[in-house]
Amino acid sequence: MPLILDHVSQVYNADTETPVRALDDVSLVLPEGQFIGIIGHTGSGKSTLVQHLNGLMLPTSGNVYYNGRDIADKDFNKKELRKHVGLVFQYPEHQLFETDVFADVCFGPKNMGLSKKEAELAAFDALRKVDFPNELYYASVFELSGGQKRRAAIAGVLAMKPDFLVLDEPTAGLDPVGRYEILDMVSALHKESGMTIILVSHSMEDVARYVERVIVMDRGKVAFDDTPREVFTHGEELEAMGLGIPESTRIARMLKAKGIGVDPDVLTVTEAADSIYAAVTGKDK
Amino acid sequence: MIRDITIGQYYQTDSPIHRLDPRVKLLGTLLFIITLFLYKNPAGYAAGAVFLLAVIKLSRVPLRFITKGLKGILIVLLLTVIINLFLTPGTALISFWKFTITYEGVGVALTMLFRLTMLIMGSSIVTLTTTPNNLTDGLEKGLRFLKIFRVPVGDVAMMMSIALRFIPILMEETDRIMKAQLARGADFESGNIVKKAKALVPVLVPLFVSAFRRAGDLAMAMEARCYRGGDGRTKMKPLIYKKRDAIAYIILFSFVIFSVWIGRWQVINDFFNSLYLRYIIK
Ligand SMILES: Nc1ncnc2c1ncn2[C@@H]1O[C@H](COP(=O)(O)OP(=O)(O)OP(=O)(O)O)[C@@H](O)[C@H]1O
Ligand SMILES: [Mg+2]
Repeated sequence: MPLILDHVSQVYNADTETPVRALDDVSLVLPEGQFIGIIGHTGSGKSTLVQHLNGLMLPTSGNVYYNGRDIADKDFNKKELRKHVGLVFQYPEHQLFETDVFADVCFGPKNMGLSKKEAELAAFDALRKVDFPNELYYASVFELSGGQKRRAAIAGVLAMKPDFLVLDEPTAGLDPVGRYEILDMVSALHKESGMTIILVSHSMEDVARYVERVIVMDRGKVAFDDTPREVFTHGEELEAMGLGIPESTRIARMLKAKGIGVDPDVLTVTEAADSIYAAVTGKDK
Repeated sequence: MIRDITIGQYYQTDSPIHRLDPRVKLLGTLLFIITLFLYKNPAGYAAGAVFLLAVIKLSRVPLRFITKGLKGILIVLLLTVIINLFLTPGTALISFWKFTITYEGVGVALTMLFRLTMLIMGSSIVTLTTTPNNLTDGLEKGLRFLKIFRVPVGDVAMMMSIALRFIPILMEETDRIMKAQLARGADFESGNIVKKAKALVPVLVPLFVSAFRRAGDLAMAMEARCYRGGDGRTKMKPLIYKKRDAIAYIILFSFVIFSVWIGRWQVINDFFNSLYLRYIIK
């Protein structure tokens, strides 16, 4: 079932002298099956936006629809919505509370009303999907490294078997290896189980490499909503929003401007390298 | 959710009250509260109320923010009024079933109501118009005389400013963790008290963990900058009295003298007493 945002606005501190319009007339359709990236400069409203997707925040004005129903309705079952739309917060490791990892991952499915056995099966399944090391299943959450905690926390949401998995900057504070491990894992979830992924990030590199649709947020508004290739043709506008395009795309464009026949629409390092090789040697690799 | 708590909350704007030296505001609140207990007739309370409203108006803080602080003690307020209303002995005004309301009871209940309301509103003005840092600076400097009694004023002030600084951080953190657990299907609203208390475990554990982590980080950062106790530390922005503070003190003392004088003036006391007696005799 698609999620639909219809002219959604959100104002923080509305009753003070300095109201913050964190979302400004945002309309989006998020169908199932896509791998979507949301990017924007810090403070552009990304975290605010994703909290509207599972009813943690209700719009100041406008509506959010799931399954054809307004989630702000009195009789709308928010718990049911949160089962379908799993949200992993920024720094999710701060939410771990149980004595061991496995018990913590069981928290979500248990809240969903599953029996102990079903919850444990779901937890095993989720921990396996995030490649969590077997020998640490029963370790205390305080004995884990940052990346391991992050995986455990993501598993905690995955265990509810959501249709939508929304991740708010899942790679913040991780080293490059840890970053790509997490992103590869998320990408695998999308490919293997067809889960809809919504990935919030402010790294163009991450987004370019994985997603099929980019939503660019700028000061609470949706600035662009298109394929990465299409969005990156607006290099200057993106730069004005404090974002910029991936390094590889930029280098390809600079070479092109110097008269070298490189494809200016490359997205990743590999693509750029191939294209430059082809342009310089005159033959395909 | 829990953002509604106003304790220690600062309302950002620019006003003559915001610009005052925190010592003026602290002493002012103290005096204001003391005067509330010196009045013997309604005229005194009226003077106090006018003064309070004038200060609120000057501070440009919306009245709503100030009354928000009252919500927290609404129950205490109601209880005080009801108990005084029914349990004060004296001349009966109305009686029904087993209860009697006396003239004295009405008087005491109203007095308590005004006192408590004005007390809370008066003290919220200080926290609403003074940043926590400024407030502790004011306390530190205003209470420096306690050093004679070997009270470590500087250290206590530092502890206070850290505690105050942490309130909004921890509230934000609580909000975040609650949301994170809600996203995992936690339910904080339904069920009986025991169930609700249990539901808080997933919030409290991470909250404590993060509070300890933050405290550790802060201690480390302070040591790294060679913090060695409060004595002899200089300030980046030392508190210095300005002309407006002098004016504020003059207004403040005039108010105190005037309101206490009118609030205890025999002529007015007699006037209200005679009103009261006339009703009883009738
Ligand atoms: N609880 C809040 N109260 C008041 N203002 C808020 C609150 N949360 C966010 N804001 C403001 O709303 C705007 C959008 O914030 P948001 O957290 O959605 O940004 P973001 O795009 O997620 O940023 P980042 O990349 O830093 O995570 C910011 O200007 C922020 O200051
Ligand atoms: Mg964010």
